Amino acid sequence: MALLEIKNLEVFYGMIQAIKGISFEVNEGEIVTLIGANGAGKTTTMQSIMGLVPIKRGTVTYNGQDITKVPGHKIVNLGMTQVPEGRRIFQELTVYDNLLMGAYTVKDKKQIKDDIDEICTRFEILGQRKNQIAGTLSGGEQQMLAMGRAMMSHPKLLMLDEPSMGLSPLFVDKVFDIIKDYHKSGTTILLVEQNAKKALSIADRAYVLETGSISLSGKAEDLLNNEDVKKAYLGA
Amino acid sequence: MIIIADGLSLGAIYALIALGYTMVYGIAKMLNFAHGDIIMVGAYVILTTLQMTGNPYIAIAASIVVCTVAGIVIERLAYKPLRGASPLAVLITAIGVSFLLQSVAQLIYGSKSQAIALPDFGKITIAGNHIAVSTLITLIVGGIIMAGLTVFVKKTSTGRAMQAVSEDRGAALLMGVNVNRIIMITFAIGSALAAFASLFYLMQIPSITPTLGSMPGIKAFTAAVIGGIGSIPGAMLGGVLLGLIEKVCLSIPAISPYTTAIEFGLLIIILLVKPIGILGKQRREKV
Ligand SMILES: Nc1ncnc2c1ncn2[C@@H]1O[C@H](COP(=O)(O)OP(=O)(O)OP(=O)(O)O)[C@@H](O)[C@H]1O
Ligand SMILES: [Mg+2]
Repeated sequence: MALLEIKNLEVFYGMIQAIKGISFEVNEGEIVTLIGANGAGKTTTMQSIMGLVPIKRGTVTYNGQDITKVPGHKIVNLGMTQVPEGRRIFQELTVYDNLLMGAYTVKDKKQIKDDIDEICTRFEILGQRKNQIAGTLSGGEQQMLAMGRAMMSHPKLLMLDEPSMGLSPLFVDKVFDIIKDYHKSGTTILLVEQNAKKALSIADRAYVLETGSISLSGKAEDLLNNEDVKKAYLGA
Repeated sequence: MIIIADGLSLGAIYALIALGYTMVYGIAKMLNFAHGDIIMVGAYVILTTLQMTGNPYIAIAASIVVCTVAGIVIERLAYKPLRGASPLAVLITAIGVSFLLQSVAQLIYGSKSQAIALPDFGKITIAGNHIAVSTLITLIVGGIIMAGLTVFVKKTSTGRAMQAVSEDRGAALLMGVNVNRIIMITFAIGSALAAFASLFYLMQIPSITPTLGSMPGIKAFTAAVIGGIGSIPGAMLGGVLLGLIEKVCLSIPAISPYTTAIEFGLLIIILLVKPIGILGKQRREKV
C-alpha cells in the first residue's frame, strides 16, 4: 500500500484549472520526484496535499486514511510535512524560535530540546546562529533552517518544494546530500525540483508534470535516459 | 510631575486599547473598528454589576468575562465568515458591528449619560505632589499587564504561534497551527485588555454613554498607527506618547483647545515621515 496516494486530483484558481486530474503515489521508503517547467502546477499540487489550497475533485490518501477534507493544521500530526517553496521561514523570529515552531505539535519538552540539539549538530550553522533573527540569514542558511524546522515534527513523509532554488552550486550539493542523508535515516521523500538532473539522480521514481497533467512517469534512471526528458528538462 | 503621571496613566489606557487594534490587525489582517465599543460594553457591565452587587471586584471580573466573550462571539459571527473576503467588506462589517453595539446599549440604557460611583482611593503625596491613587493603579496595573503580554507573546508556544500567523499564515498552518484558534485567542486577549482600559477610563471619567468608546477608540487607533500598526511594542509606545502629549497640551491654557488637533497632526506627520509608524516593520509582501 502506498504511503501517499493522489487520485484524480483537480485544483482550480477561480475559473482556471491548474491541476487537471492527476494521480500518483509515493511508497514508504522511496524518494519520488515531481519535475516540470515553470507554471506546470508542482507547487499547487504540493500545497493542495497539505490543505493550503482547496481541492476541487479527487482524493488524497495518507497512510490509508482519506485526508482530502482534513484541515491543514491537523495533517502535520499525521506524520507528513512540507518545506514550502521560497522557504517561508519566520523572518522576524530567531532561528531557535523557528525550530520551536517546527515542533509546535510536539508536546514533550525534553524531546524538543534533544531534537534542537540534533538539528544544530546536523546543521552546524544553525547551532552557531541560534539567537539570530532568521530574516538576517543568507539564502542558503534559510534553506537549512526551513529543512531543520520541518524535521522538528518527525515526519514519516517529507515534501520539499524546490529546495535548491536560488542557491549556489556548492549549497545545492549540500541540500541534496542532506536530503539523501535524511532519507537514509528512514524518511520517505517527495521532492519537487527545477533541477531535474539532480533530482532524478537521487530519486527512485519520477513524474513529469506538464500544464496540470502528468505526461510521463517511471523509474528515475529511465527518465534520465529518456530522449524527450533530456531535451525538455536536462538541457541536452 | 502630576502632569507626567496623568499623561502616563492616560497613555496606559490608550496603550491597552491600541494593543487590541494592533494585535487583531497583525494576526487577522483586519481593522476591527468595533474595538472601541468593547470599552463601552465593559463600562456598562461594570455599572450594572456594581448596582446589583455593590462589589467593585465582582464588577471588574464580570466586565473582563463579558468583554472577552463578546470579542470571541463578534469574531465568530461577524468576521470569521468573511475570512478571505475583500478588506472593504470586512471594514464595513466592523463599522456595522460598532453601530450595532452602540444601538443595543442605547436600547438597554438609553442615550443619557449615567454616572458611576467607583470607590474613591483618594490621593497620596509623593515628593510634595498630590497624585490620585487611581492614577497610580492605572500606571502600575497597566504596566504589569503589558509586561505580562510581552512575556506571553515571546515565551509561550501560543504566543509564538501568534507571531508566526502574523507573519505567514500558510507557513504557520504547515507547522500545525490552527489559525482560526489563534485568531480567536487574539480577539479574546484584545477584548480582555479593553475591559481593563474601560475600568481605568471610568476611574478618570466616571460617566457612561453608548458612544463612550468612540473617542478613546479613535485615539488608541491613532496611537497604534503612530507606533506602527501590527507591532505590540509600537502600540505601547504610541499609547504612552499620545497620553503624555494630550495631558501636557491640556495643561497649557494657550494650546489646550487644540489638543485633539495636535494629536491627529502628530499622526499625519509620523505617517509622512515614516508611513509604517515608529516601530513598524516593513514586510516583504507574500505571494
Ligand atoms: N494564487 C494563485 N492564483 C491564481 N493562479 C495561480 C495561483 N498560484 C498559481 N497559479 C497558477 O497555477 C499554475 C501553476 O502554478 P504553480 O505555482 O503550481 O507552478 P509550479 O509548477 O510550481 O511553477 P514553478 O516551477 O515556477 O514554481 C500557474 O499557471 C499559475 O499561474
Ligand atoms: Mg513552484
